[in-house]
Amino acid sequence: MVLPFQLVIRNLSKSYGGLPLWDGLDLTLVSGRAYCLMGASGIGKTTLFRILLGLEKPDEGTICYRPMPKGRLTAVFQEDRLCESFSPLENVSLVVGKAMGREEIARELSCLLPLESVARPVSTLSGGMRRRVAIARSLLAPSCGILMDEPFTGLDEETRRQVIGYVKRKIGGRLLVVATHQEEEVKELGGERILPFM
Amino acid sequence: MSKGPELRKAGILLFWVVMWQIADWTIDNAIVFVGPWDVARSFFALVPTGAFWLSVGGSLGKISLGFSAAFAFGVVAGGLAYRFGVLREFLAPVILLMKSVPVASFVILALIWAGSKNLATLISFLVVFPVLYVNTIAGLESADKKLLEMAQVFSVGPAGKLRCIFVPSLLPYLISGCRVALGMGWKSGIAAEVIGVPSHTIGEHLYMAKIYLSTADLFAWTLVIILASGFFEKIFLLFLEKGARWCFRFS
Repeated sequence: MVLPFQLVIRNLSKSYGGLPLWDGLDLTLVSGRAYCLMGASGIGKTTLFRILLGLEKPDEGTICYRPMPKGRLTAVFQEDRLCESFSPLENVSLVVGKAMGREEIARELSCLLPLESVARPVSTLSGGMRRRVAIARSLLAPSCGILMDEPFTGLDEETRRQVIGYVKRKIGGRLLVVATHQEEEVKELGGERILPFM
Repeated sequence: MSKGPELRKAGILLFWVVMWQIADWTIDNAIVFVGPWDVARSFFALVPTGAFWLSVGGSLGKISLGFSAAFAFGVVAGGLAYRFGVLREFLAPVILLMKSVPVASFVILALIWAGSKNLATLISFLVVFPVLYVNTIAGLESADKKLLEMAQVFSVGPAGKLRCIFVPSLLPYLISGCRVALGMGWKSGIAAEVIGVPSHTIGEHLYMAKIYLSTADLFAWTLVIILASGFFEKIFLLFLEKGARWCFRFS
């Protein structure tokens, strides 16, 4: 169980090659809620996620947690970033550690994937299946929050609904931030629209 | 399964054997050149003798030992050099030296320092080590940066990163490095034996064939080297590939 916390972003700035991406970004996110990060392509949603994940440094500004939660932020990247030679089961086991047994992971994966594909190498799965593995991985790994960068791209409507239902069931008291262009996804997630780059 | 490719390969092989025989008939001088028939006769005369197996075993053992040691040290040193940039800079002049100094110079130095007994082991080690060292670094550097970021975000431990990210990217580089290095190791090891003439080795027989102008024996022993090198390559690569897949359980 994740204790409530706030993720506070203050005066965050980032530029590439002298060109500012955004300047003085302020945002407060509260755990237990779902946020939908909206904005045109190229506006810096992925960069904000990368900074929050510690993969890039901002030029200026601060990011702090109040209070400091246990655990880390995990992510669904824009690309699936799965180990191709390994099965979905092994991909999830890799990040879950001892928090869950293999049978439990297989049971969770079977909520999103046909059972026979759980133990097949990821390289043999379709794009939509791989996307679902990436989503399951982010949700099953121990974390205090999850950042999802356009997670439902490439999923048909029915599968998307099924996956969103699974996300809502599994998110618990964690923070969820989803970068999306789709108003439908905001509604289905019951998320709060945030447009920090305006 | 179609037998077309096998038949084509057999046809090509037969063509070159026929060309070889025609060249032998044309030259018609057993000191300068011998044909496939003479080589086969010489080869099958060697096979039943104890000296043949002693020499093949001796050279195979020594060169394989040098290769295997170079493989182990090359992979470990390459892994450490990838992890620690200072070590990579520190080893750079040594690797450059090993790659650029002619084998003959190494052989003569090794003869002075250590004698001829384990010459082939030392020389095949010196030739193979830089190839595997360089390929290990290249393989590790080819690891998918996006997967490494994923591992960072999900706090995947060193063992998990090794198993799921580094080994799958390293393995193709190691296999291609071994293919190149195996040929180089055998050629240099045998060349060292020919210069050092240690007892009970293939190199010693090649040297004797030269002394007695026995071209048929020279060709037969060359055939033995090709077969022994091919046998070792097949076995080693099979163990490497199957071993890595079994250890790290990926398909």
